[in-house]
Amino acid sequence: MVPTGVFQVNDTALQATQLKTALTFDKAKAVRGFRLPDATFRIVSRSAAVLVLIILTGVVVSLIHGSIPVFKAMGFEFFTSSSWNPVTERFSAGAAVFGTLVTSAIALLIAVPIGLGIAVFLTEICTPRLRRPIAIAIELLAGIPSIIYGIWGLFFLAPFLQVYVQPSLISAFEGIPILSTLFQGPPYGIGILTAGLVLAVMVLPFITSISRDVFETVPPVLKEAAYGMGCTTWEVVKNIVIPYTKSGVVGGIMLALGRALGETMAVTFVIGNAHKISGSLLAPGTSISANIANEFTEAVGDIYTSALIALGLILFVITFIVIALARLLLMRLNLRAGT
Amino acid sequence: MKFTTIIAAGFALAASLTSALAADISGAGATFPYPLYAKWADTYKKQTGIGLNYQSIGSGGGIKQIQAKTVTFGATDAPLSGADLEKWGLVQFPMVMGGIVPVVNIDGINPAQMVLDGPTLANIYLGKITKWDDAALKALNPSLKLPSSAIIVIRRSDGSGTTFNFAHYLAKVSEDWKKNVGVSTALEWPVGIGAKGNEGVANNVMQANGSIGYVEFAYAKQNGLAYTKMVNASGKTVAPSLAAFQAGAVSADWNSEPGFAVILSNPAGATAWPMTASTWILMYREAKDAEASAAAVKFFKWAFASGDKMAMDLDYVPMPDSVVNNVSKILAEIK
Repeated sequence: MVPTGVFQVNDTALQATQLKTALTFDKAKAVRGFRLPDATFRIVSRSAAVLVLIILTGVVVSLIHGSIPVFKAMGFEFFTSSSWNPVTERFSAGAAVFGTLVTSAIALLIAVPIGLGIAVFLTEICTPRLRRPIAIAIELLAGIPSIIYGIWGLFFLAPFLQVYVQPSLISAFEGIPILSTLFQGPPYGIGILTAGLVLAVMVLPFITSISRDVFETVPPVLKEAAYGMGCTTWEVVKNIVIPYTKSGVVGGIMLALGRALGETMAVTFVIGNAHKISGSLLAPGTSISANIANEFTEAVGDIYTSALIALGLILFVITFIVIALARLLLMRLNLRAGT
Repeated sequence: MKFTTIIAAGFALAASLTSALAADISGAGATFPYPLYAKWADTYKKQTGIGLNYQSIGSGGGIKQIQAKTVTFGATDAPLSGADLEKWGLVQFPMVMGGIVPVVNIDGINPAQMVLDGPTLANIYLGKITKWDDAALKALNPSLKLPSSAIIVIRRSDGSGTTFNFAHYLAKVSEDWKKNVGVSTALEWPVGIGAKGNEGVANNVMQANGSIGYVEFAYAKQNGLAYTKMVNASGKTVAPSLAAFQAGAVSADWNSEPGFAVILSNPAGATAWPMTASTWILMYREAKDAEASAAAVKFFKWAFASGDKMAMDLDYVPMPDSVVNNVSKILAEIK
């Protein structure tokens, strides 16, 4: 009996092994069939990701390479002075960087409160019947090409400001320190302030639609609990909605800032294109992108072209810093909230 | 199978397109003469079947493109110096002209009413004259009622041949301008608002009451802007007109500079307008593609012979016959 049993056991073991080999053989074959498409897919998607890095590096390298002549010619003065003289080939970025930062700051100063206001109204207060038209209007605002904003700024907003708004601003703040410098005449109509206003309208949809989308993610139960405790709408927004969605809101604002910094056409139309740093918001100025758009086609000579490329590099760095700061801010906010 | 067919068809299409383009004359450069070159090209194509592909990318771009040999001719509003032409083996000749006029926007002032002279215009653009009722302006315009409002100075923001010629004139009539601002297609302007292109300056002047700008004559006429008269080099007051622009070109000594690089600012002649802008063509003396070069030369000869009417229709100023005779000698030298 025993030998038989052994035999039988062996036999079963043998059969099992045979069965196993047959099975593994089949599985391996099946898996091998998948291997090629799988590998191809992996390679394709990986190279797509690598391509982004290559393009980014390529852009940075070519910008730096293109900037070298002007850095050699101007040294550190390229960053500190505000003169821009194609005749003597003395270039510096001061005025353009100043204009870019100030117009973007004005735009955010105006667009953030209004944009958040619209988003709160749409999600918390508005009747459903009114919600759709306003939302669609906002989306349409985002879809208008920037050249249209430029034309609108030049033909409507600038003359309007020149005739009706700027003279009263100038006379209203006359004699008040700081404010009188900020709003010093003559009223040109176009200038830093007008560029900031046009940018504000342009970035408004970004802030509004992103804020609205994230406000809608707030769980109703949280809001209802707060309302149930007797909170007013303002208190609900301040204590529940904003804290819950702050990273999304900050993200929307940063996206808006990114657009404001890089906006070219609309700004070129209304900023006045003067290479000057002025204390007055009504004075004409220039921005990095407007400067490049204006002068690149007719830039003759290596240093001139190089100065414009270097401006591009600076804009790249500024945008990079903005994104990095946004990330840092979000990380801090999340840390404090303990999530 | 199907995919290959599509690719093959694509290649065939691309090949036929390139061969079609190869027959065309290619050029790039100044934006100022673009409307005229386009008009000439259209007519020339109808007559001969040979097209012209002109990219109006700006004078600076035109110079870069011809140096890179990507085009058969380059076009520029600011001429290259004799040394540069020699270095690159290029020839240069003027093609057509345009008049530059100051334009103002003051209530009650119509075209050709206000009178300006060179030093006054320079002082306005230097920021030394800031009000319309300045003594210098009053002395030139005793009969006009000038407001006491601030002068809003409008100028080009982009690099431009118009600016180059304008600044060249101001440098001739004002020592201060020559020393502190200089002459180039783009400047470090002491005052003013920058607007893009002739149309940008024209629009800004139309928008802003109390403004002054400078544009090609065509833009002033088309937009109904109040252009001014000027006191010319002979001390005569002239109004801008085709005849006044040409008078400046006739009196100029075109052979005094290599490559006809003569800037018609403040020319002599009692009837000459002080600011006239020429635009030049750049070609290789010995081009690597001789066939394309010959086709371009043929086109320019045709334009000089029968393009004047079209030029005048678009408010450009044809080169005077004396200049065209000189240019034909240069054209004959191009291989």
